[in-house]
Amino acid sequence: MLTYIIRRLLLAIPTLLLISLVIFFLVDLAPGSPASEIPLTVPAEVRAKILESMGVNDPVYVRYLLWLKQFVWVEPLNLFDHWFGTTYAEGQQRIISYQTRGPVFDIIGQRIPQTLTVIGTAYLVGVLIAIPIGIYSAYRQYSWFDQAGTFVAMVGFSVPTFFTGVLLIVIFAVKLQWFPSIYDTTLKVTDWASFMKQVKQMVMPVTVLALFNAATLSRYMRSSMLENLGQDYVRTARAKGMSERTVVLRHVLRNSLIPVVTVIALGIPGIFGGAIITEQVFKINGLGAALIGAIHANDLPTVQTLAFIFAVLIVTFNLIADALYGLLDPRIRYA
Amino acid sequence: MRDTAGTQAKPVRMERPRSQWRDVWDQFKTHKGALVGMTVLALLVAFVVIGPFVWHEEKLTTTQTYLNKNKPPSLTYPLGTDHLGRDFFLRMMEGGRVSIAVGLVAMTISIFIGTTVGMLSGFFKRLDGPLMRLTDLFLSLPLLPLLLVMVMLFRDALARIFGPELGTFVLIVIAIGVTSWMPAARIVRGEVLALKEREFVLAARSLGTPNRRLILRHVLPNVVSPVMVAATLDIASAIITESALSFLGLGFPPDFPTWGRLLFDGLSYMQQYPERVIWPGLAISLTVLAVNYIGDGLRDALDPRIRGR
Repeated sequence: MLTYIIRRLLLAIPTLLLISLVIFFLVDLAPGSPASEIPLTVPAEVRAKILESMGVNDPVYVRYLLWLKQFVWVEPLNLFDHWFGTTYAEGQQRIISYQTRGPVFDIIGQRIPQTLTVIGTAYLVGVLIAIPIGIYSAYRQYSWFDQAGTFVAMVGFSVPTFFTGVLLIVIFAVKLQWFPSIYDTTLKVTDWASFMKQVKQMVMPVTVLALFNAATLSRYMRSSMLENLGQDYVRTARAKGMSERTVVLRHVLRNSLIPVVTVIALGIPGIFGGAIITEQVFKINGLGAALIGAIHANDLPTVQTLAFIFAVLIVTFNLIADALYGLLDPRIRYA
Repeated sequence: MRDTAGTQAKPVRMERPRSQWRDVWDQFKTHKGALVGMTVLALLVAFVVIGPFVWHEEKLTTTQTYLNKNKPPSLTYPLGTDHLGRDFFLRMMEGGRVSIAVGLVAMTISIFIGTTVGMLSGFFKRLDGPLMRLTDLFLSLPLLPLLLVMVMLFRDALARIFGPELGTFVLIVIAIGVTSWMPAARIVRGEVLALKEREFVLAARSLGTPNRRLILRHVLPNVVSPVMVAATLDIASAIITESALSFLGLGFPPDFPTWGRLLFDGLSYMQQYPERVIWPGLAISLTVLAVNYIGDGLRDALDPRIRGR
């Protein structure tokens, strides 16, 4: 198992290098010039110097290697300094955004909490809804509950999140005025009133994402439960006179959760991508909004860095899912 | 099943051969959701394809059009008019044409790439490793951000070649196709790996059939069923991706309606005219739901283990 994980980790390095190449060069082709953000009143020679200092004139492979070095070495070092108050990264050039002229990772640091609160809660809620529904649908297969669950799940992943989001806004923010339609990022939770405010503004985005995730997850849970319910060991457990509760919740559920856990792990990077849309709907100032803003402003370093972070997340969670599968299921042996 | 069908028909023609597709259709008919989905999709397609020919917009002068803006629903304008006085009913039809066309063309591209990659990597052992690594690589790419970047990068270049509308269409269709072929490739590879070992392939090979004909005549027809299911689901996801791009403001140009674009445009008037968001959203959702149900029915109908039971 350990050798398997180590081998996968080593294999992930060339994959990520290749992905970083693809992302860097694709984004680098962008027609917009970094000079477009410099005011026109700036004299030509000063403009040339600014561009020179930004390193734009270097050949593309120099910029790629520099960016890669900054991404994998300088930025983690900066994070280390930030946490432990050391000064290892002093004087090393960081990835600088064209838009703000500040380090890209500072922007990411500011945006991550919003994305994580909303998306993290939504995913958790989604999982918590999906698992009981999946269990009950499988236990009472073809009952009205199961039929309704199948239909809702089908609707849940057919209706795009930007429509459910807008629909919720029209109903609950415009007509009923229960919840605010725009997420206020500056809100600080200090007392009960501000906490309630935070809860209120989170309700709609969390509902949208949670329903979307629950739709697919509940189907996985259902089919995994169905597969296990027909197994011999379930009949044995029943024959021994165990209560239905023990059989279903202890024996069947445990075994059914194995594939579902890996599906949950695999879905985590995907929701970061899907959150780009939800953040846009509810005007949440998170990572997805940062990416869209950077794309519109031709801010190449930010786009490259964010896209690569998404890729790192995907590769990491793929690895975690595979490792989890091996850890949880003793029948799986990785040679 | 065959027996009962035979006895119900004339007993003389008991040995009447039934084609495979007839069986598939019989099984498909038993899936209620798929039938409803098919009807809904047929109605929607008829609405967007035939609709604009039947439903003619009145020719109005600029002043009349301006005075005509933001009209509530009426007999002349069943869904009212938009902020520029255009008939929203007609815009829904035109938008649907583009959305459905994007879905179909993007699906064709993605299935073509997917089947080719899957076939090559399943059939030729030497290509298997590299092609599957390529598939894994594509699966690890953050697709939505890359799609956004691709649209931003090539929109102007393609608009110069094909004009703004067709240019965006070509770009979006290719971008979606290039980023969604991986599941199809994996499915086809798995099927081909199993088919390659079957006797009929061995027989064909021992007769000296060249690889090209072996693939096209013997293996390809046998992977049609899983590919069809993947294709149906691809249409649905392509329609959603296109609307998502339009929704993020990186899709078609403003004057060129698609359902996603109409929804995006409606957002600014959401407070006064919520129906302008709801109609296009409903259209997208219904189409995708219908296509998904058809895919579900097809999956059951094309599975020989379920069929005939």
